[in-house]
Amino acid sequence: MNVPMSWLKEYAAVTASIKEFVEDITLSGSKVEGVETMGGELKNIVTGYIKAIEKHPDADKLVICTIDIGSGKDLTIVTGAPNVKVGDYVPVALDHSVIAGGKEIYTGSLRGVESEGMLCSIEELGFDRHDFPEAPEYGIYIFPEAVELGKPVTEVLDLQDDVVEFEITSNRPDCFSILGIAREAAATYGIDFQPPVIAVKEEAQGNTADLISVEIQNAELCPRYVARAIKNVKIESSPRWMRKRLRAAGVRPINNIVDITNYVMLEMGQPMHAFDVDTIKDRKIIVRNAKEGEKITTLDGVERQLDPSMLVISDPEKAVAIAGVMGGENSMISEGAEAVLFESANFEGSNVRITAKKVGLRTDASSKFEKGLDPNLALDAVNRAAQLVELLGCGEVVPGVVDCYPNPKTEWELSYDPDWINRFLGTEISEKQMQEIFERIELKVDAVNHKVTVPTFRPDLEAQADLAEEIARFYGYDKIEPTLAAGTPTVGKKTYAQNITTLIKDTMVAEGLCEAMTYSFESPKVFDKLLIPADSKLRQTVTISNPLGEDFSVMRTVSFNGILNSLSTNYNRRNESAGLFEAARVYIPKSLPMTELPDEIPTLTIGMYGKMDFYDLKGIVEHLMNALGIGEKAEYSTETTLPWMHPGRTAAVSIDGKQVGYLGELHPVVAKNYDIGTKVYLAVLQIDDLIAASNMVNVYQPLPKFPAIARDIAMLVKEDVTVKQIADEIRKNGGEYLESVKLFDVYQGEQIEAGYKSVAYSISFRSAERTLADTDVAEAMQNILDGLAKELGAQLRDK
Amino acid sequence: MKEKLKAIHDKAMAAFQEAKEIKDIDDLKVKYLGKKGELTAILKEMGKLSAEERPIIGQMANDVRQDLEKMLEQAKTRLAAAEMAHRLEKEKIDVTMPGRVRAEGHKHPMSIVIDEICNIFMGMGYEVAEGPEVEKDYYNFEALNIPKNHPARDEQDTFYIGGDILLRTQTSPVQVRSMEKGKLPIRMVCPGAVYRSDEVDATHSPVFHQLEGLVVDKNITMGDLKGALGVFAKELFGEDTKVRFRPHHFPFTEPSAEMDVTCFACGGKGCRVCKGEGYIELLGCGMVHPKVLKMSGIDPEEYSGFAFGMGLERVAMQRYGITDLRLLFENDMKFLKQF
Repeated sequence: MNVPMSWLKEYAAVTASIKEFVEDITLSGSKVEGVETMGGELKNIVTGYIKAIEKHPDADKLVICTIDIGSGKDLTIVTGAPNVKVGDYVPVALDHSVIAGGKEIYTGSLRGVESEGMLCSIEELGFDRHDFPEAPEYGIYIFPEAVELGKPVTEVLDLQDDVVEFEITSNRPDCFSILGIAREAAATYGIDFQPPVIAVKEEAQGNTADLISVEIQNAELCPRYVARAIKNVKIESSPRWMRKRLRAAGVRPINNIVDITNYVMLEMGQPMHAFDVDTIKDRKIIVRNAKEGEKITTLDGVERQLDPSMLVISDPEKAVAIAGVMGGENSMISEGAEAVLFESANFEGSNVRITAKKVGLRTDASSKFEKGLDPNLALDAVNRAAQLVELLGCGEVVPGVVDCYPNPKTEWELSYDPDWINRFLGTEISEKQMQEIFERIELKVDAVNHKVTVPTFRPDLEAQADLAEEIARFYGYDKIEPTLAAGTPTVGKKTYAQNITTLIKDTMVAEGLCEAMTYSFESPKVFDKLLIPADSKLRQTVTISNPLGEDFSVMRTVSFNGILNSLSTNYNRRNESAGLFEAARVYIPKSLPMTELPDEIPTLTIGMYGKMDFYDLKGIVEHLMNALGIGEKAEYSTETTLPWMHPGRTAAVSIDGKQVGYLGELHPVVAKNYDIGTKVYLAVLQIDDLIAASNMVNVYQPLPKFPAIARDIAMLVKEDVTVKQIADEIRKNGGEYLESVKLFDVYQGEQIEAGYKSVAYSISFRSAERTLADTDVAEAMQNILDGLAKELGAQLRDK
Repeated sequence: MKEKLKAIHDKAMAAFQEAKEIKDIDDLKVKYLGKKGELTAILKEMGKLSAEERPIIGQMANDVRQDLEKMLEQAKTRLAAAEMAHRLEKEKIDVTMPGRVRAEGHKHPMSIVIDEICNIFMGMGYEVAEGPEVEKDYYNFEALNIPKNHPARDEQDTFYIGGDILLRTQTSPVQVRSMEKGKLPIRMVCPGAVYRSDEVDATHSPVFHQLEGLVVDKNITMGDLKGALGVFAKELFGEDTKVRFRPHHFPFTEPSAEMDVTCFACGGKGCRVCKGEGYIELLGCGMVHPKVLKMSGIDPEEYSGFAFGMGLERVAMQRYGITDLRLLFENDMKFLKQF
C-alpha cells in the first residue's frame, strides 16, 4: 500500500518529519517497507523563457536557443526539439543537473556550439502524458502559461511527494486505504482524524432505480451490491491534483471516470467498477455463479475460462465482469456513453482470491477484496465517487442508489476488564487511558458496563485479547517492562534420544566427517538411478500433489540420494576427497493411499570417497558403536541383497541379531549414474535402533593385577573363511581364562597356496586371582587348535 | 716415591683433560685407578718404605687417588654434556614443516546455529521438542486459528500430500501437539525443517528450518515475553544487543509482534547489512491466542502463554555472512570446512 504523505495529511495533520513518522507508525503497528520521494532524483531543473532561436551553423536539425532563467545572464542551449518557439516557458536542466533515470547533464559542445544545459521533455522529468496531458507527444514540455523564471520545476509542476510503502497484514483490510492509514496515524499521535465529508447534489433527472435493477443470486459470495448512475458523462483527463495523487500511489492516470474509481479505491479501500449502462441487456444486473464452460473477455483483451465456483456480474444474456477481479470488454465505457454505472459491491474474500488465482489475474481490486472488506463501506464509496464526479464536472449524478444488501452487517459489543488486560500485558495502564485509546480507534466506550462497540471495519476485534493488543500498541510495546517469568520452575533438557543423536553427530565429526544438509524430497527417477527394482516397496512414497516440479515431488524413502548428489558435486568440483554425514529422516507411508501420517525414520547416512577403502568406513562405524557402548555387540555379516551396493563389499550391521543398517562400497554402476568416477563408500544406520541399543551406563572393571599369558598362532585357511568365523571358533574353545582374541595379520601371496590365506591371531589369557602358568592355558590352546582344524580346516603354520 | 706419585698425578690430570670421549675416560680409569693401574702398582711398593715414611706416603697416595677420582668425574660430566649437545645439534629438524593433520570434521552451520539457540533456551528451562514434518492440516493450520480459506494459507504456499495431510509450513504444529498432551507448565523450543512452495534462489528454498518456542503457565504476561526474548537476543548476539518489538499480526497470537535486534554488523548505527535501519528483523512472537489455548484443551481463563518463531537460515546467513542460501544445501567440502 503506497501512501503519498500529502494525501494522508489531508485527513490527519501529521507534523512529524518523514523519518519520525515512519518510526512512530511502525511502532504503533503499521509496518513501513520503505519511503520513496517521487521526483526526488530531479536536481537543478528550473523554469526558463525562450528569448531567441537561431539556426545551428553546422546542423540542420538543431537550433540554438537563448534562454532567460531569471538570473540576469542568459544561457545558450542547443536543442533538436521541433516544437519550441520564441516566447515559450520551458523546463531547463542546468549544468550539473540530474534528470529522470539519474542521468546527469553538463555543459557540452554540440556540433561546435557550447550548450549550457538541456531543455526537457515530460519524460525527462520522469512523467508522461497520462500525468500531463498537455505535454506534446514528442518534444519539449511547454508550460501552458507564464511562470516565474528560475524556479525549480519540481515546485512549479508540484512533482514531489514522499510516498510511504506499508506492509498491511491480512487482519487489517481497513488499512488498505489512505483513510485507514490516516486513522492509524491520527491514533498514533492522538490527533484528529478528519475523513472527507461525503455529500452528493444529485442534479440529474430521474432515479438510478429506473435505469438499472440488481438481483443477487448468491448472497453468500456477494453480501452487498450498490449501483449509482451518472448521465451526460464527459470523458477527459482528470485534474492535475488527482492525477498526481494517483501516480504517487502507484496508479497510472487514464481518464476522469477511471481515475475516480481508482481514487476512491485508494482513498477508501473499496474497489469500484464502471459499466456502460447501454451494454447491460434489459438494464438488469444479475450477480450469479458462472456457468459450466462460460467464457469472458476481460478488459485486458484476454479470453478467460470460467467455472461454476466463480462469481460473475451478468445481464440476462452474458457475463459482463468477473466479480471483484476485472470487468469485461463487452461492458467497457466508450466515448459518448449515455450513462455510466458505478458498481460498489462487496464480495466474499476467499472466493475472489481463489477465482483470481484460477483465472491467473490478480488485480488491484481482487487483492483488496480478498482481504475481506467491510460491506458497510460500499455505499459511502459510491457516494464519494458521485461527489467527485460533481467536483470534476464530468457528469450529472442521477438521484438515488440501487442498494442490494440482504443481511446488513451491524456493529458488535465486546466486554473488557482493565485488570485482566493489565495482567495479560504486565502493565499498569489506567482505565481512563485505555478508554482514551479505544476512542482514538473509533470504538464507542460504555465505561459503566466496561463495554466497547466495534465498528464493522474492524473484523479483527473479536475478543478481549484483541482489545489488549490495541491498548498495547498505542500505549507502546516499548513501554511494557520486560520481566522474567517466575511461575513453576521447569528443567531445560534434551531427551535421551536427542542426546544420543548429538553423540552420534559428535562422533562423526570426531572421525573427520562433515555434516551435510540435503533436501528431503526428490525425484522418483532416483529409484532407477539406484537400480531399485520396479516392484520394490521403496518406491511407495509420500507424494506431493503440488510439487515445484518432478525433481522435488516425492518424500525420500532412502536416505542417501542427497548425500550421493553432494559427493558428485564435490567430485566434479575436483575436491580430492569428501566425507559427509547426515542425520535426517526418511518417510515411509504406512499404507497407500495415505490415510494416516507416515513413519518418519531418523537415519544416519555416511558417504565418502577419496584415499580410503571399505575398512576406513568400517572403522568409523566401529568407533560409533564403541561410543554408543555397543562395540562388543555389533556384528557384521556379508550383505548381498541391496541393489545399489557392491554385492561383495557390503556388510550388514546387526545388534543382538537385529539388523540396524549396512555399510560398504556403492555399486560401481550407481557411482557412474551419479557421475562419480571413483569408489564411493556408503553407510546407512537406523538412528532409533542405535538409540535403543545404546548403553551409556558404565560400570568400573578392576584393572588387572596379574600378568597375562599371550599366545600367537598363524594358520592357513581357505580364502573364503571369514576372520569372524575364526575368531568365533577361537572364543568358543578359549576356556575360562581367555581374555582377548586379536587379528594381527592376514596374508595372501607368493608363499601361500592359491585359494588360501594366512591368518595370524594374538590370543591372551588372564586370571583375576593369580598369575597363570603355561600349564593353565595348554588345554585351552589345544582345544582352540583342534577346533580350528576340525571346523574350518585350518592348518597351523610354524610360529 | 713422592716424585713418582706426583708424576702419576700430573700425567693423569693431563690425560683426563685431553679425553675426547666417555670411552677414553673409562680407559684412563683402568690405566690409573684400576687394580692393575699405575697408582695401585706404586701402592704395592709401600711395603718397602720405612715405618716413618709409610703414613706420609700413604696419605699422599690417598690424596692423589681422591684427586684423580674427582677429576675423572668432572671429565665425565664435561664429556656427557658435550655429547648431549652434539646429539641435540644433530637432531635438529625444520619445525616449519607442516604437521600431520587428521581429517577435521565439521558440523553444518545450520546445526551449529540450532544447537546454540537450543542451548540458550535449555539454560532458561526449556525442553527441546520435535514433531512430524508430514503433518495433518489440523495441526498445521486449524488448531492455530487458521481455518480453511484463511488468506494465511495462501501466503504460506503449502505443499499438499492429499486428503488432510500436508508438509508442515511451520514448526508450530509441534507446539499444538505439546499443548494437547496437557502437561503444564510448558517451556519448550522446537527446531526443525519446514516446507513452502518457493522456487530455489539465493534467498529462498522449498525446505528451510525454523525454531519456535512456547511458554504456557499461570500469569504469563507480555512483559515475560519481552524479558525472555531480550535475554535470548543478548545471549545469541552479545551483551550489547538491544531489541525492539513492533506490533504485527499472526493468527495464533494476540497481541503479536515482530522482534528486531540491533544490527550485529554496525551495532545499531545503520549500515549496509541492516539497510541503514540499525535493526534487523529476527523473529515473530506474541501472546498465545486464547482460541488456540482453548482448542488444545487449555483453559485461557487460568493459563496464558507466549510463543515465538524464527527462520534459522537467515540467522546462519547473517552470522556467517553467507550470501547465497543454496550453499547450505550443496555440501561442498570447501564450504563445510569453514565452520
